Amino acid sequence: MKSPSPEEPRRGFLIASINGLMGLITAALALPSAGYLLGGSKAKRPADWVPAGDLAKLEENVPEQVIFERVRRDGWKTVKEKASAWMVKTADKQVVAFSPVCTHLGCAVSWDGSAKNFACPCHTSSFGTDGKVLAGPAPRPLDRFAVKLDGSTILLGEIRPADKA
Amino acid sequence: MLKQVRAWVEERTGLESGIAHFLNEDIPASSGWHQVFGSMALFMFLVQVFTGIMMALNYAPTTAEAHSSLRYILTELTAGRLMRGLHHWGASMMICIVVLHMVQVFLWGAYKKPREATWMLGVVLLLLTLGFGLTGYLLPWDNRAYWGTVVTTQIAAKAPLMGPYILTLLGSEDGQIGAVTFARFYAAHVLILPAVTALLVFLHVYLVRRHGVAPAPVETAPPIKFYPRQVFKDTVAIFAMFALLFVLAVAVRVPLGKLADPNDVTYIPRPEWYFLFLFQVLKYFEGPLEIVGSMVLPGLAVLLLFLTPFIDRGKAIALRQRTGAIGVLLLSLIGWGALTAAALSTTPHRDSWKGFTAEEMAAIGTFRQAACWQCHSSTPGDSRPGPNLADIAVLRDRDWLVGHFKQASGPAGQGVKDLRWRQLATFLPKLDDENVESLHRTPQSLVNGAMVYQQNNCGACHQINGAGMKSGPPLNGVAKRWDRKWMEEHFLDPESKSPGTIMPAYKFSPADMTAMLDYMMSLTD
Repeated sequence: MKSPSPEEPRRGFLIASINGLMGLITAALALPSAGYLLGGSKAKRPADWVPAGDLAKLEENVPEQVIFERVRRDGWKTVKEKASAWMVKTADKQVVAFSPVCTHLGCAVSWDGSAKNFACPCHTSSFGTDGKVLAGPAPRPLDRFAVKLDGSTILLGEIRPADKA
Repeated sequence: MLKQVRAWVEERTGLESGIAHFLNEDIPASSGWHQVFGSMALFMFLVQVFTGIMMALNYAPTTAEAHSSLRYILTELTAGRLMRGLHHWGASMMICIVVLHMVQVFLWGAYKKPREATWMLGVVLLLLTLGFGLTGYLLPWDNRAYWGTVVTTQIAAKAPLMGPYILTLLGSEDGQIGAVTFARFYAAHVLILPAVTALLVFLHVYLVRRHGVAPAPVETAPPIKFYPRQVFKDTVAIFAMFALLFVLAVAVRVPLGKLADPNDVTYIPRPEWYFLFLFQVLKYFEGPLEIVGSMVLPGLAVLLLFLTPFIDRGKAIALRQRTGAIGVLLLSLIGWGALTAAALSTTPHRDSWKGFTAEEMAAIGTFRQAACWQCHSSTPGDSRPGPNLADIAVLRDRDWLVGHFKQASGPAGQGVKDLRWRQLATFLPKLDDENVESLHRTPQSLVNGAMVYQQNNCGACHQINGAGMKSGPPLNGVAKRWDRKWMEEHFLDPESKSPGTIMPAYKFSPADMTAMLDYMMSLTD
């Protein structure tokens, strides 16, 4: 080991200061940036209830695709757009509305009348009329819209996973 | 393990030895604090690139959506205001640093042979920096952006012969600013200028390395290494500048004005502070001479700056012998300062509450009476728990607000009637960056006057700022027609001043009368 010259401690201080100050600047930029990119919008509003079909027109246990209009906040825009749900009328005169989005990787599922299941065209997941996974890589049952009945008009709200619906 | 990785990378890329080579450059022993500005300018450029990219990640560069997406950044995203604040104040700071850098090089005569090309590249970089300011100015697409750019393009349009071509190139073939101009400015701001600037910065730094840092007239000590002594000084200066920038970005709100409106004749365009002197020069040259102010003089100034190394060919570089250079610098500074001051002093000021109706003024009274200030602030960087009032519109709707007022105001809001809560809930979402400060800036006497006005239902006959009925005379400008004494007597006995009037007499309490008269006398236009 060589003996430290009189310059050494000062050199160490300079280098430590350079690294420390640059580190502070980096943190002052990186932390807000993380919040900025990962924080999402502060103005979250629950979805409105939108009318989507008539309970009386549904046949028990025969899924039917219903297309309806809803208003959605898309970043800085508020867009009016078409959306769809698979409605299944249950034995107790209630209705379950499934999101048509496969829980595997987001392809649109549709009702296969002959096989009596919801089939995903992408990776062959299939779901029963209760939304449960019958086959394929889908990790969880189909998501469901929150449903409210106003007389026989079906009102749809937010989409939630089946176990929280 | 780490050692092995480093050795692996070094062997294949030479990264470590490259950095070491860069840091261990010899610089004159006389180098010091006066030479930190180049590094600072480079650092500012990097901050602008970073914050610019951050904003671009949430910004839609079209006239249809630029304003709303920027509003989304400012009001809905965490640290959105900080990002824009850093970018906005960073632009101003970059101009300052670049100019300081040039001043230092100028005073020390560091542009002399063989460093002429380094200086000339520097002048081009200054112009590019100004180009960033000019093109970025349009991108918020608010009134300030729109009208500022209208003036800029119209100046360019007056160039002899070239005018129409420049205008077409700027996307404003018909003289209007629109989608095409916007696209051109955006592309220039985020594609062309950054690429060209990065390239020229590289060449500039390359030339600095090639010729070495300019030495003092007499170097008494042997050269030292760039790292760590000079790097330490650069870093301290950079840190101080960044700290100032950060404080500015947090504490001084950069307003997003109303959406660009080509029909808004009340808007008074003003350029960014560093262009104000040019703006002022234009006032002194009229008619055919106008182009002297808009092109000839600025062009000459840039040319002189560019050719400085060839105009001053003397050998003198010791500060004491540079009296000529110091004189030129002082004269330019005085000229620039005087023009900027003249432009500032002629900028008309309009109080943000001037456009409010009596109902809106009274809503400010409700806001103050209910002590909403205890939780909410309109000043940026304030740590009060409630959301900042400039962001209310996107966060809450009117019904929610009324419920919140009643529940959260406590004893202070006890006596407030429902109607007044509803008026406050209508008023608050109309506030934006430009007028939100009126909540605490509006003089209390005017607010009191408006409340008296509302209590006595004066709007049933009179109109202020477009609200109210017209069976009596509108009150805007009433202060220009009558004096205070006349008005007081008119309130007490209208018949004595305007025979045959249908206005009843109002025997206000002395306090109410004072407030009412203050309010009336404020209605100057």
